[in-house]
Amino acid sequence: MILKELRQLRRDRRTLAMLIVLPVLLLTVFGYAARFDIAEIPTAVLGPGAELVAGQLEAPFDVVHIDTTGDAETARNLLRDSEAVIAVVAGPSPTIYIDGTQLFSAQSALRRAAALPEGVEVEILFNPELSTAAVMVPALIGLVLTAIGTIITSLGVVRERQEGTLEQLAVMPLRPSHVIIGKVAPYFLVGILDLIIITAAGLLLFDVPFRGSVPILILGSLLFLLVVLGMGVLISTVSRAQGEAIQLAMMTLLPQVLLSGMIFPLEAMPWGIRWIAYILPLTYYVVIVRGVFLKATPFGPLMWPLLALLLLAVVVLSLAIIRFRRDLAPAAPKQAAPSEPAKAAA
Amino acid sequence: MNWGVENLRVTYGSTVALDGVDLDIPPGEVTAVVGGDGAGKSTLLRVLAGVPIAYSGVVRRPDATRLGYVPTTSGSFRDLTVAENLQFVAQAHRLTDGPGRAEPLLKRTGLTPFANRLAGNLSGGMRRKLGVVMAMLHQPDLLVLDEPTTGIDPVSRSEVWRLLALAAARGAAVVVSSAYLDEAERAASVLVLHRGRMLVTGPPAEVVASMPGAVVETARPSDRSRAWRRGRIWREWRPEGAADAVTPDLEDVVIVASLAAGER
Repeated sequence: MILKELRQLRRDRRTLAMLIVLPVLLLTVFGYAARFDIAEIPTAVLGPGAELVAGQLEAPFDVVHIDTTGDAETARNLLRDSEAVIAVVAGPSPTIYIDGTQLFSAQSALRRAAALPEGVEVEILFNPELSTAAVMVPALIGLVLTAIGTIITSLGVVRERQEGTLEQLAVMPLRPSHVIIGKVAPYFLVGILDLIIITAAGLLLFDVPFRGSVPILILGSLLFLLVVLGMGVLISTVSRAQGEAIQLAMMTLLPQVLLSGMIFPLEAMPWGIRWIAYILPLTYYVVIVRGVFLKATPFGPLMWPLLALLLLAVVVLSLAIIRFRRDLAPAAPKQAAPSEPAKAAA
Repeated sequence: MNWGVENLRVTYGSTVALDGVDLDIPPGEVTAVVGGDGAGKSTLLRVLAGVPIAYSGVVRRPDATRLGYVPTTSGSFRDLTVAENLQFVAQAHRLTDGPGRAEPLLKRTGLTPFANRLAGNLSGGMRRKLGVVMAMLHQPDLLVLDEPTTGIDPVSRSEVWRLLALAAARGAAVVVSSAYLDEAERAASVLVLHRGRMLVTGPPAEVVASMPGAVVETARPSDRSRAWRRGRIWREWRPEGAADAVTPDLEDVVIVASLAAGER
């Protein structure tokens, strides 16, 4: 029995890869990426004495912006647009503004602010109580959409392949594009429905504030859905069975949970790991959804994450369609290979 | 012009699935493709149906609107009811009288009482029959059926063959693969495949008549490598002929053709 199982396992290369690659991946990711201690806190220093103050700041404060003419309004805008996590407005009544949506950076900054002399005011913006729910619930919308989009879509297509009905569709008078759209559109609609339900639940059950623009949230969510649905179709084209599709979907889901900035701050990750985050759609969606929910970030600063999602959508959907079309395009003769015609015995 | 293939060759990596296969499928007739496991029957039928497979050679088939196909897996959608499956096919073929066409076919196959049952909850035989009805609904010019009777009871097998005869009587060219050689004898012509190559082809009677040597019945075969069980006794192929030969049937001929091919 053990021998039989080992033989089967040896031939199930995908499971074997999961058993070997996944522990290494988890160890690497948890070891290097899963850190709550912040090495760098992007900091803006504003006001008449900005240059002097900036020179006195030590790690982990990483001065990314100095503006001697900036004021409290500038500070709020910089934090709202995610240009900095901390903004110090120097002057007669110095104030430190902290972006409360960056939980770990904010807590780290608060600990250090406690050592400052009296007279320095500290104000936490966007999430004054540093509520975990306020930060996590919007990001969880992205996670749920990823799970639905990737896993359910891939299962739907693989089921057709397993039951032979994909072949049936391929020989029916249906255009490949119609089959692809017909397969994906229902999941897209279900994704939108889920988005509405989860958003409503987040707002009602967890008292998460919604301060931003609904159209931006819709635009970002639609682009994000296109990426995850494309990933689902792509996974289905390389999976022979539903189990394989689930395995692959999980392998795309796990890095997104750990590396997207949803749980662990990107600033705490070394660049050797952090670059992976920038090819994951959830990374950009988390920025958009937290910005819209908590900070009322306008379109301008969110344009780059939106463009990144658009680019990912184009790349992933194109790959998915090219591969899916191979299953559906009509058979065509390839270059005739030389062969001896078979001779019938009779 | 008949539908069919000429000098068809299909390879999967280094494995040759079909090599130099010719098949003519005349309208108004049922053509059977027989052979053992791995003979290439499904590959031939899938290429004929237009399933995306790379091949070389000539394939003559109508466009998708005039073709009906039943894959080995029956081809129905398990989460749709019988009626919904037929509705989907009717819509895909833009049939305006889908229910009208489906009704007599459902009646003929005994599926009428199950019109609202999910295809996944049908018995194996009923699901096969549903697959055939789906493929016939638009009255195709070429009907391709991959082992539509495998794993179903004799009554259902008979009903499926009656449907095929009906399609042929309406003028369709019908090609069906089967593992059951007794039912292949009902076809107008037969193609026997062995390891991707043609062994024998022609009307069943001609195929039987063309068998080299003779087949004898014996309780104790002289050469086990040329013998096979038929019920409680053995049948044995004698390439040199035999005085006590029995009249062979298609099953004997296919076995003999396979043995002869193996000895070449």
